[in-house]
Amino acid sequence: MSDAPVARPLTNAVRPEVLADKSDGGARPAHGARGTRNMKSKTREAIAAYVFLIPWLLGLAGFTLGPMIYSLYLSFTSYDLLSDPRWVGFRNYVQMFTADPRYLKSVSVTLIYVVVSVPLLLIVSMLLALLLNKSMKFLTGYRALFYVPSLLGASVAIAALWRLVFGADGILNKALAVFGIQHGSWVGNPDDALTTIITLTLWAFGSTMIIFLAGLKQIPKELSEAAAMDGAGTLRRFFSVTLPLMTPLIFFNALMGTIHAFQSFTGAYVVSGGTGGPADSTLFYTLYLYQRGFAQLDMGYASAMAWLLLAVLAAFSAFFFWTARFWVHYGDES
Amino acid sequence: MTTTTLPKAPLQIYPRRKTTNPVLAAVIRHALIICALVIMLYPVIWMVSASFRPENEIFNGLGLFSPNFTLDNYVNGWTSGSLNFSRYFLNSFLVTVLSIAGNLLACSVTAYAFARLSFPGKKFLFALLLGTMLLPSQVTLVPQYILFNKLEWINTYLPLVVPHWFGVDAFFIFLMVQFIRSLPRELDESARLDGCGHFRIFSRIIMPLAMPAIGTTAMFTFINTWNDFLGPLLYLNRTDLWTVPLGLNSFLDATGESSYGALFAMSVLSLAPIVGFFIVSQRLLLEGVATTGLK
Repeated sequence: MSDAPVARPLTNAVRPEVLADKSDGGARPAHGARGTRNMKSKTREAIAAYVFLIPWLLGLAGFTLGPMIYSLYLSFTSYDLLSDPRWVGFRNYVQMFTADPRYLKSVSVTLIYVVVSVPLLLIVSMLLALLLNKSMKFLTGYRALFYVPSLLGASVAIAALWRLVFGADGILNKALAVFGIQHGSWVGNPDDALTTIITLTLWAFGSTMIIFLAGLKQIPKELSEAAAMDGAGTLRRFFSVTLPLMTPLIFFNALMGTIHAFQSFTGAYVVSGGTGGPADSTLFYTLYLYQRGFAQLDMGYASAMAWLLLAVLAAFSAFFFWTARFWVHYGDES
Repeated sequence: MTTTTLPKAPLQIYPRRKTTNPVLAAVIRHALIICALVIMLYPVIWMVSASFRPENEIFNGLGLFSPNFTLDNYVNGWTSGSLNFSRYFLNSFLVTVLSIAGNLLACSVTAYAFARLSFPGKKFLFALLLGTMLLPSQVTLVPQYILFNKLEWINTYLPLVVPHWFGVDAFFIFLMVQFIRSLPRELDESARLDGCGHFRIFSRIIMPLAMPAIGTTAMFTFINTWNDFLGPLLYLNRTDLWTVPLGLNSFLDATGESSYGALFAMSVLSLAPIVGFFIVSQRLLLEGVATTGLK
């Protein structure tokens, strides 16, 4: 109720059937008209709202919340889809940390991936957004071209291309050879394979950049000019004026980027041929979950992995929202 | 510090600013941007050019141009023995169209309720909606598979399409809610005075005005569904049901160095619809990204 906009009681009151039922006189009743004469239209509106919400509510129950609760139950069972789930208590969770080196490997691969790729993505996006934040010729064209990889980055075609570009005979090594650098296969080397996938993620920085660019355009020029008048140099203006004003968008992109990164799958799957190799160096969390759940039909274990991820992400999000008060500046403060 | 410099040049408005040549600055800026673009897009351009070259020339070097232009790769890819790309493209198209239709319908009615109607439990449900936006998809992966398996939906398109008809993509609902909220309420009110009910206001007033948000949702649903790999990988085992990403993946696994040309050709074809739609709707799409933060 409290979230209902001020205009709402008025909108309800001017509905024709209300006017017909209660002779309110004028066509536009006084602002804030409420009480019993509004009850009927309120009820109707609520009924209408729930009719509109039927598909979503069904989906929420049937495809999201229901399955979530079921998977919480499954995480305490051993289940292979063929026989009934067997209750095993915390065994799956204990096993992850005590008897499954591949699980721990997948956690470390994913963490490294997130910790490296998300900040890099933000920095690259911000730098290019700053570069494009000028009125110049071809701006729309540049913007569109920078965005193209974001459209394509999640596709199998690009992941397959990456596997070849970073292969032993790939064009990356051909380009490096021009500068006299010899390098073996990137995707075939456990030390470099993850880098390959990180570049694939970074390659699709366009969407993040466009969000930053839109934010930069919102910053009033006067602020930066005033700072320049006071003698602030370019760097100083960026760190003292632009960056604080961009923190809401940085917060948003960091949060969504992190959640997104924890779920990456296609790149690692295609580049490693579904194995997460070489030597499990690209064994992303979701890839390992897929292997356990759907290749080995270890559905209880996969569910436990999923719930642990959910718990960690929820904790991370909550923590991140909490830190926002210290570093995210919204325009209406101060 | 400033007090020491100011007396020296009292008439200068910007005391510390070095004046750079604006033409030079613009040239450097454009050069940097073009450099970045070339490095970024080079692999894709190279792939397109490789798809038109004879097989034995593909890995010869970095170059883009070859005198031996050929369409053989496209012919070979399209008609290659065990794979049937004409089938995969049709399948992908079917899944994509059905997903977009469902997503638009389910998201728009939900968004209308959240944006325009008041009802008990609204705050709670909206919080749930936002919560599901942050929910990692892995959590529902296993139980959804079990559910669809029980329903005997494996090896049908239902698991890929039906959830869209029930608005599981919270992000698009959120996008539309934000957009509908920005529309002036006076329009609804005058329609109400004219005797329109909620459904007519939704279909006759809000929907036509929300076309930008609907277009953005359609585009992103298209891209996501067209690129989707994990969903088809889980639910489609029979090769005649495969979508394009599964076909490409199997192509990649099955081929040695000998048929990369055909792989590239099919890859280019698989990306072409996305790029095509993007060219047609890029203004709308980029506005959508900028205002809503959609990826």
